Amino acid sequence: MSNVIGIGARPLRKEDRRFLTGRGNYVADIKRPDMAVGVFVRSPHAHAIIKSIDAAPALAMPGVLAVVTGEDLKAAGVGGLPCGWGITGKDGLPMKEPPHPALAQGKVRHVGDPVAFVVAETREQAQSAAEAVKIDYEVLPAVVGVLDAIKRDAPLLFEDVPSNLCCDWALGDRAATDAAFRKAAHVARISLVNNRLIGNPMEPRAAIAEYNPATGQYTLWSTSQFPHVVRMLMGAFVLNIPQHKLRVVAPDVGGGFGVKQFHYAEEAVITWAAAKVGRPIKWVCERSEGFVSDAQGRDHVTEAELALDESGKFLALRVNTIANIGGYISTFGPNIPTNLYGPLLAGVYTTPAIYCEVKVVFTNTVPVDAYRGAGRPEATFVLERLVDIAASEMGIDRAEIRRRNMIPKEAYPYQTPVMVQYDSGDPKGCLEKALETSDWAGFAKRKSASAAKGKLRGIGLCTYIEACGLAPSRIAGRLGARGGLYESATVRVHPTGHVTVLIGTHNHGQGHETTYAQIVGEKLGVPFENIDVVFGDTDKVQFGMGTYGSRSLVVGGAALSKASDKVVLKGKKIAAHLLESSEQDIEFAAGKFKVAGTDRKKTLADIALAAYVPHDYPLEVLEPGLEEQAYYDPVNFTYPGGAHVAEVEIDPETCIVSLVNYTAVDDVGTVINPMIVEGQLHGGIVQGIGQALFENCIYDDLSGQLLSGSFMDYCMPRADNLPRMTVATHSTPCAHTPMGVKGCGEVGTIGSPAAVANAVVDALAHLGVNHVDMPATANRLWRIIKSSSLLQAAE
Amino acid sequence: MNISFVLNGKPVSVEVEPATLLCDLLRETLGLTGTHIGCDTSQCGACVLHVDDSSVKSCTLLAVAVDGARVTTVEGLGKPDALHPMQVAFHENHGLQCGFCTPGMLMSSVEFARRYPNPTDADVRHWLEGNLCRCTGYQNIVASVLRGAAAMRGEQRV
Repeated sequence: MSNVIGIGARPLRKEDRRFLTGRGNYVADIKRPDMAVGVFVRSPHAHAIIKSIDAAPALAMPGVLAVVTGEDLKAAGVGGLPCGWGITGKDGLPMKEPPHPALAQGKVRHVGDPVAFVVAETREQAQSAAEAVKIDYEVLPAVVGVLDAIKRDAPLLFEDVPSNLCCDWALGDRAATDAAFRKAAHVARISLVNNRLIGNPMEPRAAIAEYNPATGQYTLWSTSQFPHVVRMLMGAFVLNIPQHKLRVVAPDVGGGFGVKQFHYAEEAVITWAAAKVGRPIKWVCERSEGFVSDAQGRDHVTEAELALDESGKFLALRVNTIANIGGYISTFGPNIPTNLYGPLLAGVYTTPAIYCEVKVVFTNTVPVDAYRGAGRPEATFVLERLVDIAASEMGIDRAEIRRRNMIPKEAYPYQTPVMVQYDSGDPKGCLEKALETSDWAGFAKRKSASAAKGKLRGIGLCTYIEACGLAPSRIAGRLGARGGLYESATVRVHPTGHVTVLIGTHNHGQGHETTYAQIVGEKLGVPFENIDVVFGDTDKVQFGMGTYGSRSLVVGGAALSKASDKVVLKGKKIAAHLLESSEQDIEFAAGKFKVAGTDRKKTLADIALAAYVPHDYPLEVLEPGLEEQAYYDPVNFTYPGGAHVAEVEIDPETCIVSLVNYTAVDDVGTVINPMIVEGQLHGGIVQGIGQALFENCIYDDLSGQLLSGSFMDYCMPRADNLPRMTVATHSTPCAHTPMGVKGCGEVGTIGSPAAVANAVVDALAHLGVNHVDMPATANRLWRIIKSSSLLQAAE
Repeated sequence: MNISFVLNGKPVSVEVEPATLLCDLLRETLGLTGTHIGCDTSQCGACVLHVDDSSVKSCTLLAVAVDGARVTTVEGLGKPDALHPMQVAFHENHGLQCGFCTPGMLMSSVEFARRYPNPTDADVRHWLEGNLCRCTGYQNIVASVLRGAAAMRGEQRV
C-alpha cells in the first residue's frame, strides 16, 4: 500500500525510534579500536601571561602518551582559527582581527582558554596528568564588561588593538535620522543591557580524531552543525590537510542552537594530536568545561531613541550599541551584533530613517557568537521595548501604536532604510490574530482577579520580524562573508524506486528526516517509508554549509526541491523513450509518468529500473542512472515574523514572576509539517523566556571568573516554570523560495524576550517603572519594587 | 570488585573499580550508550534509569551500589519493534527533538506514571523538574507523559 505523505501533513517523525530506544549514535557513544583519551588543560585566569609550561611531570605519569601545547602547534606551522565573516568599520577599515591560536600562545584571554592537551590511555590518567602540567602564569588585570573595556586605562587584550575595539560599525542614514529627530514631537529613550546567555545544548560537545598513516586519511567525528564547513576551515586554514584527505562526521547531535556551528579549537587540536600520537583520541567535554568554552551569546549594552510625531507615527530610530565578542573572534562573532542586528531595526514598521552604531569590543570572557536568534532577538528587544515606552509616555494603546506604524500587507515587497527588502508578510494579520487568541481585550478582568489575590498582573506584546534563510551568497559576500551560503542536495533514486536524499544541512533535533521525506513525497510521489535522508558525513554528502540561521528548509529544502525536479525531467526523457512518445507529451504526477491524454504510463520505479538496467534505453542521448544533484543559492533572505503576547503574575511579597499565559502567532511561510513547526516554536519561545526570566551569564568584574558555571548557577527553564503555550501560524508564502517556506527555527526566540519583558514592565507600571533588564529575577524585581515604594513614601 | 545484578532482565556479573559510576559502567564497559551524560552536577537528568523500579540519576550512583539489584535502562524499556507505551506516547506527541534528554525523560516518566494514578499537567511539570530539555519547551513532553501514563493505566486513546 502506498503511503505518500506530502507538504502540509503531520506524519510522526522518522528519526524518533532510534532516540526512543537508546539507539542514537552520538559522538560520545562511539568507540574506535585502540582509542586513547584527551583532556584539555584550561586557563584558571581571565588574563595572564604564560611564562612557562613544564609538561615533564605530566609526561612521567602512568599511561600518558602526549602533552601538546601552543608552542608545539606553532612549531608545527598550525594556523590560527579563522573567522568566517569579516566586517568593515564606519571608517572604511577592516575590523581588527588578532590571531586566535587553537592552544594559547604567550597569553591567556579568558577563564577556560585552552592551554594544553593531555593524551593518555584512560580518562582518569589524562585528568590526573592534566593537573600535573605545570604552568607559570603572570596574572594581568582583566576586563569583563564592555563599558570598562573601552575606557582609556582599560587592560588591553591585544597590544595592537587600541581600546579593545575590534570594529566601530555603523548602518543607516545619520543625517536623515538627525533631521527627523529635530522635527519630533516626542522622543522615547531607553538604555538597556541584553544579558549574556549560554546556549547549553543538552549534549556536551565531543570529538574523536583518527589518522591512518598508510593512506594519509584523517577522520574527525565532531558534535558539529556543519561538518563540511569544519572540513574546509580546519583543513584549509588551520591544519593544512588536503580536503580529500579529511573526513568530518557529525552523527546524531544532541541539540545545537548555534553553539555547535563554529570551528572550535578542540577539533583542530585533537585532529593534530591523533596524527602525532598515532592513535585515535576521544575528547568529551564536561558540562563545567562547556560553560567556559562553548561560545556564548548576546551581551549588549545599548542606548536607543525613537522619534515620533504628535500622532505616534515613528519618524526615526537611533541606536547605539556596544557588543561584547569576548576574548577572541569566534567563527561568525563579528557578524552577529552588526549584520544580523542593524538590518532588523526597522522591525515591522515604516520608520523612514534609522541610524545604528555598534562598537564590537574584546573582553576577557568566553568568545561570543551566534546563539539561537543571533542578533535578531537583540534588535527586536530594543525596538519593542522602545515602542512600549513611547506608547506609555504618549498615552497611546500599545496595540494601537503598533497598528499605526505597521507596514501594510499591500506594501510588500518593502524596502527598509536599513538595507533589507522584505518580500512578504502580514504583520497586522499576525497582531490581530494574537490579540484575539490571547484574549487581550479580557485582560483587565484577569488583572482585577489577580489583584484580588494580592498579585500584580501584566500583559506584554511583541510584533517582530526576522531575517533568516542564510543566505544569498552575493549579498553575504558584500557584507563580509568569506564563504558561500548556498546548500546542496542529491536525490538518489535506487533501481527499486526507493530514495536516498543526501543533503548538506545537519539534523540535530529539527526533524529534517521527516520534513525532507515529505518534500520528496510531494515532488516524486514516493511513499514516506521508502525515503531516507543522509547528512553529517563529508564522505557521503557532496557538500553543504550546514544548519544555522533557520536555513535548512529554506536553502537546503529548496536544493532538494530543485534536485527532485531534475529527477522528473530526466524521468520524462526515459519515459518518452519507453512509451514511444515525445518528451513534451509526458506528464508527471503522483509518481507516474503518463502520455498526456492516454492511459499509457510508467511508475517512477519502472523508470528507475530502466535507468539502471539500460537494455531498452536511449543510451546515445542519455546517461544511465537516476540520481540528480542541485545547489541552491537564495536570491534574498526570508523574513518570518509574528506577534507574541505574554502574561505574567508577580507576587509583590516574593517578587517571583510567574508566566501565566503565552500566545504566539507566527508567519513562517508555507508549513511542511505543522507538528514539527509547533515543536520548533515551543522550543524557541522557551529559550527566549529563559533569557527574559531566568538565564544570566555572569562573570566576576574583577577576576573574570565565571560565576554562573553550572546548572546550579545558570538557571535553565524547567518544566514547572512554564505555562501551556498557544502557538498558531498566520502564513504568507515567501515570494522567492521554491515552496514558499521562510524558516521557523529561531522565530520563537526572537519574539519572546520582548513580549515577556513588556509584560513584566506592564505589571509594575503603576510604580512608575518603565524598564526592567533581563532576566527579571525575584532579586532584580525586589530591588525595583523596594526602591520605587521608598520613592513613593518619600514623595 | 565483582558485582552481580540484573540488567534489562538479564543477569550480569562484572568487575568494577570502587569509584566507577553506574552510568560509566553501562556506557563504557557494558556497551549500553542509551543512558546519556549531560552535566556533572546531577542536574540535567539525561542519565536517569531504574534501580528496582525507582528512577535514579546514574551519574550519582556508584556501580557497586547496584550489586544484587534490578537495573533497567532505556534499552530495556521497550524494543524498536515493540515500544513501551511511554515511548509510543513520546513518539505520537512529538515529545522529543534532538533525543539527548529523551532516555532520562522516559525513565522518569515511567516511574511518575506508576506513582500518580490521576496526574495533572502541574503534577507532570513538578515531577520533571529534575530533567532538563533544551529543545521542546517541555509542552509536548508534558502531553506525552500524560498520554503515556493513561496508556500504562490501560486507557485507550480518545
